Amino acid sequence: MKNNASSPTTTNIKSIYKSSNMLSIDLAGIHLRNPLLLASGFLGISQEIFNRLYNDGLGAIVSKSISVSPLDGYKGPTVVSLGDKGYLNAVGLANPGSDVFAHEIMNNQIPLIVSIVGSSQSDFPKLISKFDKLNILGYEINLSCPHVAKMGMEVGDDPDLVTKIIKTIKSRTKKPVIIKVGIGNTDILKLATIIQESGADAITAINTIRAMIINVETGMPILSNKVGGLSGIPLKPIGVRCVYEISKKVDIPVIGCGGIFTWEDAIEYVLAGATAIELGSVIGYTGLKAFNQIKLGITKYLQKKDCKSIKEIVGLAHKY
Amino acid sequence: MVLHTNIDKIRMVVIEEVIEETPSVKTFVFDDMLSSNAKPGQFLMIWIPRVEELPMSVMISNKKNHAAITIRKHGFGSTSLFEKKQNDQIGVRGPYGNYFSISKDVKRPLLVGGGTGLVPLMRLATLISKIQERCTIIMGAQTQKEVLFKDLAEEILSKIRTKIIVTTEDGSYGIKGVVTDALKYILKKEQFDMIYTCGPELMMVSIYNLSVTHSIPIQASLERYMKCGIGICASCCINDKLVCKDGTVFNDNQLSKMSEFGKVFRDKSGRPSNYSFN
Repeated sequence: MKNNASSPTTTNIKSIYKSSNMLSIDLAGIHLRNPLLLASGFLGISQEIFNRLYNDGLGAIVSKSISVSPLDGYKGPTVVSLGDKGYLNAVGLANPGSDVFAHEIMNNQIPLIVSIVGSSQSDFPKLISKFDKLNILGYEINLSCPHVAKMGMEVGDDPDLVTKIIKTIKSRTKKPVIIKVGIGNTDILKLATIIQESGADAITAINTIRAMIINVETGMPILSNKVGGLSGIPLKPIGVRCVYEISKKVDIPVIGCGGIFTWEDAIEYVLAGATAIELGSVIGYTGLKAFNQIKLGITKYLQKKDCKSIKEIVGLAHKY
Repeated sequence: MVLHTNIDKIRMVVIEEVIEETPSVKTFVFDDMLSSNAKPGQFLMIWIPRVEELPMSVMISNKKNHAAITIRKHGFGSTSLFEKKQNDQIGVRGPYGNYFSISKDVKRPLLVGGGTGLVPLMRLATLISKIQERCTIIMGAQTQKEVLFKDLAEEILSKIRTKIIVTTEDGSYGIKGVVTDALKYILKKEQFDMIYTCGPELMMVSIYNLSVTHSIPIQASLERYMKCGIGICASCCINDKLVCKDGTVFNDNQLSKMSEFGKVFRDKSGRPSNYSFN
């Protein structure tokens, strides 16, 4: 490994196309042109937006978490900026429901992973039956949303329920099943082991962390739900630690998520052990041009380090 | 005065003045430099503490470093905001979005607005009054009582050649009918270089269609249900565009490619819903 690559200033499309082999990855049996995924919860309800995001350079799209029935989510504010690239959100898993979303993506042609969320084991077979015949890559199971009662983290914190849900899903689909975890009451490493043993194909770490913000002028919590999830830069060192420890513990691939704003952040997650990474909050800060900027930076870094593929640097930090 | 640099962080402002525009419309004036520098078509996310957060177009204020919002009481959130009083606090973030573009080449601008859709057009008229010699505005309301900003428009445009046409649906003031009735009439008689419009989407579709018939470029400021205002939630999507980030203003070329313009919007859950004439 050589010293740091220089920072990319402009997006050089030619260089990105040339580098396509360099960035391509294999994730739980899925081949992706690059390791950048859209994190669930961002922009994920419309096929036309998915197509645009893919054209803007992502390797794959993860949809918003879809539940059996539609959810309106919470009243505003649902997203609060902390400044300094940090955000709090409590959207309340707003989504159009499985029937409408299955119709939305019926003619999908891009690499799409459907995120699903349920409040009981019995929700998941219903969700899989809606999507399994569609042209999608696989599923990400949201067991870690920190701000909705009886969904997400409240399910993910129960190891027995996690096992049952994974086995239920795996018995009903041949597509890869990715489990998204977060920081809850159950130890994340214990959970990672259980997830692997239950037959899941990959782990995404981490979701937002339960947090809140109070407006000092009024004395009132800002989020309508009072408590939400922390995302963005403040999350990154925690996410990197989780990816590092989980990837040491289990053999299934880990997808890094949390506060990735630059190519350096992305590389850091890969060095920690991430096969792929998910991008979210950066969209609110930099916009969609962030994808190609990050890809270009990764490519330049790999060239500078004489690496032929990003696969060569996955988990490289483990050797120290 | 506080100097803020991060537009995304909520800034608490005090409602310094309440202007009763019509029985159902009020304007709240507040001190906020970022908002006072907003461009026409840009919007603020307004936090009504413990009630809602709503996108609102930035209204002009004649006080230095001040801006305003103009609220029509309609749903739960807007009614709650409407009932705020002088000295109450609200939160603002933004301004967000793109804006109407003006240039010296647009010598004959035509502004067409309905209801609170006239808010960005007042900011636009202020800019036009500084660089052009003439301006035409068509403004629509349901009744005489609900006619909005007519006096203000006259004042803003008092130094240039101005024609203000008011339509009311019940004919209690101005021309009886809707803005498109007046538009059809005036387009037969006069030439314009650009149409700027904001208002109900179905009204803007009719105006867009007329602009195509008469080969006049158009810029329309669109409104959609919004949650984040910063381009991450897609609640406001129209085809592959985000109204909060790619808009609120779209030109004729963009509008011509939007199959959902005037047809489909997303509800709170993200489900597509259809606009209906009612």
